[in-house]
Amino acid sequence: MSILNPMNNHILSTLSEYITTEILKQPNRSLAPDQPLISGGLIDSFSLVDLALFIENTFGVHIEDTELNAETFDTLHELSEIIQTRQS
Amino acid sequence: MQKHSIRCMSCLRLSKPGNHDQHNSSYHQATHTNSKQENPIPSMASNPTISHVVHNLYQQEPERIAITLLFSNQPDQNITYRRLIAGAAGYAKALSQAGIRPGEVVILILQHGTELIYSFFGAILQGAIPSIMPFLTEKLAPDEYRHSLEALFEITAPAAVITYPEFIEEVRVAAKGKKSIRAILVSNEVTSIADSMIAEFNGQYSSPRDIVLLQHSSGTTGLQKGVALSHEAVFNQLESYSKAIRLSKSDVIVSWLPLYHDMGLVAGFLMPILTQVRLILLSPFDWVRAPFRLMSAISKYKGTLTWQPNFAYNFCAQKIRSRDLEGVDLTSLRAVINCSEPMYWESHQMYLERFQPYGLRADALATSYAMAENVFGVTQGGIEKPVTIDHVNRQALSSQRVAKLSLEGEDALKMLSAGFPIENTQLRIIDSTGIDLPERHIGEIAIQSDCMLSGYYNRPDLTSRAFLDGWYLTGDLGYFANGELYVTGRKKDLIIVGGKNIYPQDLEKLASDVPGVYPGRVVAFGVYNQLLGTEEVVLIAEAQPIDTEARHKIADQIRTHVNRGSDIALRYIKIVDRAWLLKTSSGKIARQANRDKYLQEERHV
Repeated sequence: MSILNPMNNHILSTLSEYITTEILKQPNRSLAPDQPLISGGLIDSFSLVDLALFIENTFGVHIEDTELNAETFDTLHELSEIIQTRQS
Repeated sequence: MQKHSIRCMSCLRLSKPGNHDQHNSSYHQATHTNSKQENPIPSMASNPTISHVVHNLYQQEPERIAITLLFSNQPDQNITYRRLIAGAAGYAKALSQAGIRPGEVVILILQHGTELIYSFFGAILQGAIPSIMPFLTEKLAPDEYRHSLEALFEITAPAAVITYPEFIEEVRVAAKGKKSIRAILVSNEVTSIADSMIAEFNGQYSSPRDIVLLQHSSGTTGLQKGVALSHEAVFNQLESYSKAIRLSKSDVIVSWLPLYHDMGLVAGFLMPILTQVRLILLSPFDWVRAPFRLMSAISKYKGTLTWQPNFAYNFCAQKIRSRDLEGVDLTSLRAVINCSEPMYWESHQMYLERFQPYGLRADALATSYAMAENVFGVTQGGIEKPVTIDHVNRQALSSQRVAKLSLEGEDALKMLSAGFPIENTQLRIIDSTGIDLPERHIGEIAIQSDCMLSGYYNRPDLTSRAFLDGWYLTGDLGYFANGELYVTGRKKDLIIVGGKNIYPQDLEKLASDVPGVYPGRVVAFGVYNQLLGTEEVVLIAEAQPIDTEARHKIADQIRTHVNRGSDIALRYIKIVDRAWLLKTSSGKIARQANRDKYLQEERHV
């Protein structure tokens, strides 16, 4: 799936905005699609549930609690792929 | 073999303190009156050791379930006393074969699970001293973790380390040059041993005064202060604390707490196992990703008691989906005990509103003031009667250091009582010169008990500094009212995030490593967030570049470096010009003053 896909872009920017505003408290910064979020220490374990709830409420996609780890997704790109796959 | 005596525990009620004049002194001690209780837990034999008690429990009822271990996506796993001691004896034997002697320290670097449980008791059966090191999480930078390990090895001079095969290399690197370490054991090479082999172990020669375990806070600073506890201290604590919570063998304790923390290790592990109270143990890793699993476990196993830090009340109330609570029944819960960080009435209310529809009773909300230096509990509130709420005047509390009762119509601060001191633990509230303060005056909490630490391990200097005329100075601030303790804050700069003690100097040192930051010109502190029910960490660093883009980059690097080098996630990072930070007269960065300056500035933004 291409990063240039407009649907993907929308998901990426929505996720990025949520993470920078609500988790990092730095609304003015941007996140690269391949930046490691979990292993890079940007998203701590206490914020993972929030992220899962946000994804469910925003995209209607359920992320299992057992999937909330860097192995399942560690970047915005990987996360948006999961969302798109499950939406289709 | 010592016989396990069943001494009748007839004195179970903790009543209001009497027999001493509360008006002249803030010296407080629990007294108790007689009451009967069904199914009392067996009192410990005189002069017990953990090895003896575990062995006796195994002999009495080998098939009784000690622990039910819960993991996401795995069937629940029952560990009987037979399995527990057989698993532990395997580790004891392996340690013995590796030449590890009684009294030597064994560091456990294992994730939550059977290996950790068995190796912990195995070290004790061998008469050695286990110390649990939090396991490397996926966000922690291996380099920083190695520094922590080196710091721990340096100060505790362990004889052995037990870990996973894939982690052996990491341990070898950290152990380089540490002559004390004679063995690195691999968990998968240790097997449980047969019943017939269990009788003989070196731990049976341990004496009650011997150190049985070490308990650390995290970070390079926390690791310098290993709280060394004796068998005697542990059993004295269990005796007093179990009375304070009216523990009986029909109780079921449900815990998601990590075992490297005193609340998890004592309330959610040692106490139930050593008193034959069933323990349902969840993994903290699973809980933080699916807090509903705690509720499901309570419902499924009819849990009666659970402990958690204040933030978990908010976390559970806000982050559990209703569909995950379908069919959950919490009526069995008799106490949800708030402990290990400042407690807030708002958090209790939030929790009650969310879970009352599922059967949570208002009177189940309870409180405790606890610390590893007293093994665990110091006070207990909210058992058999609701937690006392003290309505105090906000202004007098902060400006006059007095908890004045608020007047009708005033916007009062609702203080949650931490309850009464447990038996054999005495409390004082003292001023900076060590003089007792009257009721409702805020001072430092000092404690004396029959379950105090033996000392900070290999740190007699820190140990002697922690005591004043035989009283342990907690560094916490509080006041007494009607015999109950209210904790209002702390003297020291410690940050408590989600129940974890974080030393700001560790975070400051990490941030100083980042290029562009003036070394040492960094300050970290906590700011309470009512929505989260805990503190958020703010870090301010003085840095060279002035343009915004470069500053963002430095802030990013600080965030990544600190988050990966510590147990917490930084929330707010502020990059400031040279000379923004205030210093004390002795030239040190003044944390409190800089915190005030930051809050003042934020208010005006």
